[in-house]
Amino acid sequence: MSQRPMLLKGGRVVDPSQGLDDHVDVLLTEGKVSKIGTALPRPEGTEEVDCAGTVIVPGLIDVHVHLREPGGEHKETIATGARAAAAGGFTAVCAMPNTDPVIDSPATVGFVAAAGREAGSARVYPVGALSIGQKGERLTEIGELVEAGAVAITDDGRPVMDSGLMRLALEYAQAFDIPVADHPEDLGLSRNGVMNEGVVSARLGLAGKPNASEDVHILRDLLVAELTGGHIHIQHVSTRQGIEAIRQAKARGVRVTAEATPHHLLLTDEAVEGYRTDAKMNPPLRSDADRDAVREGFLDGTLDTLATDHAPHHYDEKEQAFDDAPFGIVGLETVVGLILTHLVHTGEMDLSTFVERASVQPARAFRLPGGTLVEGGVADVTVLDLDREWTVDPSLFLSRSRNTPFTGWDLRGGPVRTVVGGRTIWTLAEGSRS
Amino acid sequence: MSDDEPATLEQRVTLMDPEAVTRVLARMSREIVERNEGTADLVLLGIRRRGVELAERIQAVMEAEEGVAIPSGALDITLYRDDLGTVGPRPVIGESTLPLEGIDDRTVVVIDDVLYTGRTARAAMNELMDWGRPSRIFFCVLVDRGGRELPIQPDIVGRVVSALPDQVVEVLVPEEDGRLAVELITRATETP
Amino acid sequence: MSEPARPLGKDLVGLEDLSADQIRTILDTAEPFKEISERRIKKVPVLRGQTIVNLFMEPSTRTRISFEFAEKRLSADTVNISSTGSSVQKGETLVDTARNLEAMKIDMVVIRHWASGAARFLAERIPSNVVNAGDGSHEHPTQALLDLLTLRDHLGDLAGRRVCVVGDILHSRVARSNIWGLLKLGAEVGVCGPRTLLPRGIESFGVEVFNRIEEAIEWADALNILRLQLERMKGGFVPSLREYNRVYGVSTARLEKAPRDVLILHPGPMNRGVEIDSDVADGPQSVILKQVTNGVAVRMAVLYLLAGGSPERAEAAKRRGMGG
Repeated sequence: MSQRPMLLKGGRVVDPSQGLDDHVDVLLTEGKVSKIGTALPRPEGTEEVDCAGTVIVPGLIDVHVHLREPGGEHKETIATGARAAAAGGFTAVCAMPNTDPVIDSPATVGFVAAAGREAGSARVYPVGALSIGQKGERLTEIGELVEAGAVAITDDGRPVMDSGLMRLALEYAQAFDIPVADHPEDLGLSRNGVMNEGVVSARLGLAGKPNASEDVHILRDLLVAELTGGHIHIQHVSTRQGIEAIRQAKARGVRVTAEATPHHLLLTDEAVEGYRTDAKMNPPLRSDADRDAVREGFLDGTLDTLATDHAPHHYDEKEQAFDDAPFGIVGLETVVGLILTHLVHTGEMDLSTFVERASVQPARAFRLPGGTLVEGGVADVTVLDLDREWTVDPSLFLSRSRNTPFTGWDLRGGPVRTVVGGRTIWTLAEGSRS
Repeated sequence: MSDDEPATLEQRVTLMDPEAVTRVLARMSREIVERNEGTADLVLLGIRRRGVELAERIQAVMEAEEGVAIPSGALDITLYRDDLGTVGPRPVIGESTLPLEGIDDRTVVVIDDVLYTGRTARAAMNELMDWGRPSRIFFCVLVDRGGRELPIQPDIVGRVVSALPDQVVEVLVPEEDGRLAVELITRATETP
Repeated sequence: MSEPARPLGKDLVGLEDLSADQIRTILDTAEPFKEISERRIKKVPVLRGQTIVNLFMEPSTRTRISFEFAEKRLSADTVNISSTGSSVQKGETLVDTARNLEAMKIDMVVIRHWASGAARFLAERIPSNVVNAGDGSHEHPTQALLDLLTLRDHLGDLAGRRVCVVGDILHSRVARSNIWGLLKLGAEVGVCGPRTLLPRGIESFGVEVFNRIEEAIEWADALNILRLQLERMKGGFVPSLREYNRVYGVSTARLEKAPRDVLILHPGPMNRGVEIDSDVADGPQSVILKQVTNGVAVRMAVLYLLAGGSPERAEAAKRRGMGG
């Protein structure tokens, strides 16, 4: 399938993978980045895109999304999720396996990969289950899952409670060079908690999950990774003690990567006040001190990967008593604006570090194509307008779900164009092009 | 009243001074005894709030003139009003206190300060029916200002006054207001 | 009349939301309602024509009956919906239940629900008045109000008086409502129970924490002894009922060591021989049955104060000039 070359002209290119921050043009040909430089030659039939005043970065990658298909199509489908990703500036996402049925076989992995290709929007990489049925008992056929397209394994949605099983996964997965991702939560300590354990939970009369429920599990994962030499990817870290443990493990050479989510960077358990189910997620929003630690870890690279944990739920599932409502919020279509507004424009984080956390490192951690604009790499590109002002309005989401605590937030900066394989899949002006 | 409301010009005219009220109450006391053909089985019940003080004064006159003790009590009709839906609840509810003998088979004299729409009298009668079965109820008011909304008429009246709908007739008693009087208040709203 | 048309607002969800004045208004209003229950005809027509739904999504006999008496003594029409056999148990969501109630044009809902926040959830979605009769581990405002009324009857002004709530504070809506109510009325509040049943961060509420019942008894003017839910045993929060009684049970022997007479309250139903010994429950310092009597009066006061019309209609009525 040959397509017209595309010349992104007049933009500021920020690509930390090659230490680049300069006004240069980018030429995309045959799905690859063919040339970067000034006054580039323009092959016949090239589509020229005026990028003056915008920033061109390697396509953003979200390694932690729930696309709900199969089994939860009323919340999201692979196609709607991929389009929501594109609208959020993402060129690729990694789909978690906690669907119904669970993605624990080569056939189901193949289904997700095929449905992603068919959507023709952001790339969709399947993540396979770590254990059969995510039951935490026996390993899946990891080799075959990887062959079918899985880029990682995890039992996300629930933790791997059996430390012996985690050891086996971290050992066995090494042959296939994929990360083992884990949702850190000691179920014995978190019990039937529905929010952070603290003053707010005590007042609201809601059962709490203490920090320690996450901390002991993170420590366990780090120690087992150290034991095995495997690559552990700790998902959605929310506690200060957990972050400190990861920082120390990294310092002593443990192969660990770790996620920060926009909500744990920006919100605390105060957001639950009034029993707001759009602030119910797992791990829960925690204290000020934890939120500050997540920020610190995200800035210093302890939490090296920005991930949204995009978790769509149908509105009437969230329109329930707090105990009954499911965990999770959508994140794909708000994260770029949130981070630009609250971390980059405030001067806490420079733009290049943001791109490192949202593109370069996710690609590296999950061994995905992209995360760079070096010549010869895939032509996955995100174009950002750092100054466009907008207000979060869930009714405009391309996602099938609207469950966000950020409704009405005024933001500055966001994506304006998303390009996958040299083809524009979304622009702000036209909405979805797929 | 808050400061930002338009200034109201209030005009007060005294309709009855202390002597006039005292004279009228004494006359009403005698009229009650006359209508009842004596003091047998009489119970005096004042409607909270000013009706209670008036009832006490009538009781004092009656006991002095007749030389017998007359049982009395107070009725609070708050929970029997028909305007909860329009004015909302009143947080202060007084207690209804009835004489120990009760009101069954007695002649109950209900005493109030001003008779206007008739709704208070209606509420008072409903409440009395919940307390027991009087053989007879007399309704007795110091001032009848007209303007009835229900077909209710007093049996014994101190003074009849023709007041306009936007005028207020106030009965003042020493226990509550520091003086004994009946006043007519005319309020004219004016721009300052 | 210059008092506000609605002294309480639309709903009663919890005491945390009320001011000290609002709490005092409810307690003062309850006083005359006590007398109605002493009458031969125990009924006043103040809520005649109002429809009240008692929506009980969790088993409760005591609270429901107390509300029902209160409603009937105010002449309201009442309908009881309980979880057994109702559409709620057949998977209907709370929001659908709310919409259906609304469609039937009711005036008030009294809701008991196992989920914290359920009363508020309902209150935010329907125009009827909503009274919280206990939501999960959150609040049980009318229980605390009747406790406050009983305490006030016996101790007078609660400012500076010391009241200790004893037992499972972690899961108790009664404890939370009592803590807020007592603090707002100026009382000093203690909590006493095994650490497994005290919420982390309870000190931040502004309460004294006692690990031993002996210390609480020495400190307090009154003890409000909570029922130990037998489920807590299964949850492993306490090792055994025998042990609980031995360590936290309120007994005459323990009360005799107190420097003053300690008033004994219990929201019921009691586990005699577990959290409270029979000679304490039936003893001279116990006001447990007075709580039950006060419960009806307090609920009458709450229903009465929540009822009534819109402020606009009230304004119009005032202009028209109401009177005898």
